[in-house]
Amino acid sequence: MKTVNTILVLVAAFVAVFLEAAVGTRGLLGAQLDLLPVIIVYASLYAGLGGMTLVAVLGGLAFDSLSANRLGVSMLPLFLIGFVIHRKQELILRDQLYAQFILGLAACGTAPLLTLLLLYTTGATPAIGWGSLWQWLVMTLGGGLLTPVCFRMFGRLNRTFFYQPEMVTSFRPDRQIRRGRH
Amino acid sequence: MFKKPHFIALAIVLVLTVIALNLPGGPAARLKHAMGGLFLPLFGLADSTRTITTEATERLLPRSELIRQNEDFRKENQQLRIQLLQAEAVTRENDRLHQLLAWQARAPWKLKLARVVLREPANWWRTVTIDVGSRDGIRKDMPVLTPDGLVGRVDSVSLTQSRVVLLGDRNCKVSVRVQNQAGDVGVILAPDSIVDSSLVELSYLSRSAVLEAGQDVYTSGLGGVFPKGIPVGKIEDFHTVEYDLYTKARVRLAANLSSLDEVWVLLP
Repeated sequence: MKTVNTILVLVAAFVAVFLEAAVGTRGLLGAQLDLLPVIIVYASLYAGLGGMTLVAVLGGLAFDSLSANRLGVSMLPLFLIGFVIHRKQELILRDQLYAQFILGLAACGTAPLLTLLLLYTTGATPAIGWGSLWQWLVMTLGGGLLTPVCFRMFGRLNRTFFYQPEMVTSFRPDRQIRRGRH
Repeated sequence: MFKKPHFIALAIVLVLTVIALNLPGGPAARLKHAMGGLFLPLFGLADSTRTITTEATERLLPRSELIRQNEDFRKENQQLRIQLLQAEAVTRENDRLHQLLAWQARAPWKLKLARVVLREPANWWRTVTIDVGSRDGIRKDMPVLTPDGLVGRVDSVSLTQSRVVLLGDRNCKVSVRVQNQAGDVGVILAPDSIVDSSLVELSYLSRSAVLEAGQDVYTSGLGGVFPKGIPVGKIEDFHTVEYDLYTKARVRLAANLSSLDEVWVLLP
């Protein structure tokens, strides 16, 4: 199941990158929403370490191939975000809406900052100004809001493609203790 | 601190990042184009969807609306033909004067129509991808424009697609001339603030430049990348920089860069 889940997440990352470049939200919001950190949050909690690493590497490369970024610059920030979440996954209430929102918020706020840091390290000169603050806010908030939606979408896809495990309870009707007169 | 798989994954990604970032220009560009090639099925799908939507819209348009549009286009076509006749007469006169003065005549522009297929997914660059590449004769640094004005220049070229770096990006600097009496020359640079994408910065103007809001700005032809006379925009406002070294102005671009659908590539 984890393999198929990883494939689903990889396909979603691939389509997300294409949609970001083909449709775009810059005309509407003044900033382009980034869906890859949202997908990385999901992958780190549900696709295992290998799946998350694959999504970070291939998703990052796909993003850079359609962007003017230097190839490979988006891989490490995505991986680091997924890595931290994956290491703390036992402490995260992954089914709670607010937890998903906060994770998305943190991931989408951190990813552009780490990418810019790496870009500056490589000597690139991206266009940054006061308007970037607005873009960062839109990316962070948008990512936070989209994360629960993304979790619901993957949840539905999982229910479509996989048999759900039968719930086994400790309750047995033949062992029921009946009290009172019979 | 880390479990072994964590350590291995981190090491793999670190090594891959270092390798990718240190790739020389040629192999990195080829790898980028190869990765971009993975999106070709999605390009096809998007193209088909666009065609179907256009056809559906055309079928839904009432006949009376089509006739009205046709009539409008006919009138516009006639006006443009008259303007063309006038422009041809001016060109002939210009050529004759060039010959009289023994100046080299300017070659007419050869243009190639291209459709914008992708926009920049990262917020810190201003680029678009167009659907013409090296097989269509596109080369690096060719100017790209719309009927309204200059858009940018071709930055990288693959077989079927090219990336255009737009005005306002740090990698697109253009030498321009202000249409005033002195014909002041400056350089279009990325703006300090990126709140309004239709504004760019015009820098290195002479400190004695006589500027006014609304003055037209055209490419100067200096630098060898952009030919002379392509409209760029209009002066919005201006100020002298510290210690009166030179004058800076903001230019509102003539072309609307946020809604580019079709552009023209200027071939040599």
